[in-house]
Amino acid sequence: MPRLEEYRGIVGPDTLEELHLLARALDGKTVLHINSTAMGGGVAEILSRMVPFLQELGIHTRWEVIKGGEAFYAVTKKFHNALHGDDQGVTSRDYQIYEDTLDENLSMMDLGADMLFIHDPQPAALVKKRREMDGRWIWRCHIDLSQPSPQVWDFLKPYVEQYDASVFSAPAFAQKLPIPQFLIPPSIDPLSDKNRDLAPEEITLVLERLRIPTDKPLVTQVSRFDRLKDPLGVIEAFHKVRSYADARLLLVGGPADDDPESSLVMEEARERAKGDPDILILCLPPTSHIEINAIQRASAVILQKSIREGFGLTVTEALWKGKPVIASAVGGISLQITHKYSGMLTHSIDGTAHALKQLLSEPEYGRWLGGNGKEHIRQNFLLTRHLRDYLLLFLFLSHGQSDFIHLPDQPAAANP
Amino acid sequence: MIPKADEPFHFFSRLSLNVMTGIKAGNLRELLEHLKAVPESVIYQQTHRFLQQHQFLVPEPPNDFAYWVTHMLQDEKLGECLAAIDTVRFNSLEELRQALVSAIEKHLAKTNHSRPAPEGKEFHFMSAIRFSVPTPYFARDLAEFASCLKKVSISSLYLHVFEAKLRPPLGVNDFSHWFRTQLGETKLAKQVERLDPYTQTLEGLRSKILGLAQSRLEELSRAAA
Repeated sequence: MPRLEEYRGIVGPDTLEELHLLARALDGKTVLHINSTAMGGGVAEILSRMVPFLQELGIHTRWEVIKGGEAFYAVTKKFHNALHGDDQGVTSRDYQIYEDTLDENLSMMDLGADMLFIHDPQPAALVKKRREMDGRWIWRCHIDLSQPSPQVWDFLKPYVEQYDASVFSAPAFAQKLPIPQFLIPPSIDPLSDKNRDLAPEEITLVLERLRIPTDKPLVTQVSRFDRLKDPLGVIEAFHKVRSYADARLLLVGGPADDDPESSLVMEEARERAKGDPDILILCLPPTSHIEINAIQRASAVILQKSIREGFGLTVTEALWKGKPVIASAVGGISLQITHKYSGMLTHSIDGTAHALKQLLSEPEYGRWLGGNGKEHIRQNFLLTRHLRDYLLLFLFLSHGQSDFIHLPDQPAAANP
Repeated sequence: MIPKADEPFHFFSRLSLNVMTGIKAGNLRELLEHLKAVPESVIYQQTHRFLQQHQFLVPEPPNDFAYWVTHMLQDEKLGECLAAIDTVRFNSLEELRQALVSAIEKHLAKTNHSRPAPEGKEFHFMSAIRFSVPTPYFARDLAEFASCLKKVSISSLYLHVFEAKLRPPLGVNDFSHWFRTQLGETKLAKQVERLDPYTQTLEGLRSKILGLAQSRLEELSRAAA
């Protein structure tokens, strides 16, 4: 695990200095993050880096994961889909399972902290304990809430309204709420195994081990096997390009503890790709960070054809590696890609196929897009910016919640 | 002899946290209606956000309204007109708001139709919580100033150049004010005032101010020799 000092060369000394200044102003504050899975998916990945850095900055930080059975995760998956606009009929029994599971968790958890960061809908109802506690509660919503199913949102909203603040990843996710709503996009860690530079021989070794041939340009989508990531749409777009360009499609995903649908969706994709030797479907364990890194770096083009997307960290990862990305103009992806400047934004299977054809024929254009994309990520979507926003949010909540906050002055001294 | 200041220049940083207001516009008329009513903090955020977030994205226009009108409403003429509004000319956010409102009203009077934005591409009005953060950097003369300016973050530069102009003494950046009142460096103060900070990146601005300060230091050392 790298220390913050190691980021100096990537983000500059001033960025690190700011983090230390803010952390000093929060001296003695404690933070508790709560989510629903320790591994798999973007939230767990961010927390696994964020928590140690907050600790290094002197903020006492814990991370707890709620416990739930299969039935609970089946319900929260329904919530997840419904909040993305795909209501699959949530029943009153489902709501009961949700409430009961969170009550069980409440009876076992130590919620003592100055700032409680509750991630996503799964643990949202823990806030019912708020009145018994002193801390400030923040609901951190990582999903696309632009068109939520009214039924499920009406159920969750009274809980969300009990929080001190909410945090979303894109402006279009804002809701009518009586509490402040902050825009804090997530981030990637440039020194994590998933994103750090790899030597060409490391990349080759990984591809050989995973038996990925490199005789044709690789077109890759990395994401959970989830219908909202549209793996079947990716295969269809690839089929449309086949007669114009020789390439190989890689669909790379893995299981997540809190997603019971993933194996079903992967089987659907395998069925659709049957008989085509140029489509490879890889299911990797959630710890395969170096493998994902190597695959992204070896790819000619990265796709992210999501139907809905919270932010799309796989897009961030690919842009950071200087890759040309074709992605749906949904959720936080529009914050990351300026169309035809730092990537290609599309709205359909045909549009994706057209952009793919263009990038496979014009690799130089792809390199230009990727270079622009990388600088945009450096400025806006690295972990240090994310840490800074969280520290600012803690300061807002602990300094009287005004629009203009002056932090305490420091004594005049010799310049460092 | 390098002049010394009675009051050292203390560098601060301006950091901000983006707040979503939940107010959105789906066409030009709605944009105008909200533009007239939203708090000044919203006007500020939507005309200054790009400065801190898009350091390398040169094609971005200087305000969010111009971007949305050009790319989402596909109205390039009005977009260009809004992008050309010279933010640096206004000493208050209210004046800037009036300029934006007036440009849209004139356009609507001529075209009299308001094309809707595509679904999901509405304009979302944003505000910000602003934080003033003291840094450990103090300058007592021009040499120390140049040395500090190399080290402070672009957020500090942003505060002393952009925000300073919107508080008394209006229209003057903090650096020029200090050069003039503490060091008696009137010419240098004017040179820095003449820079248009809205048409370059903050790093570009940093190197220009540094260049001016260093040239003046060389003059002073030649005069002393």
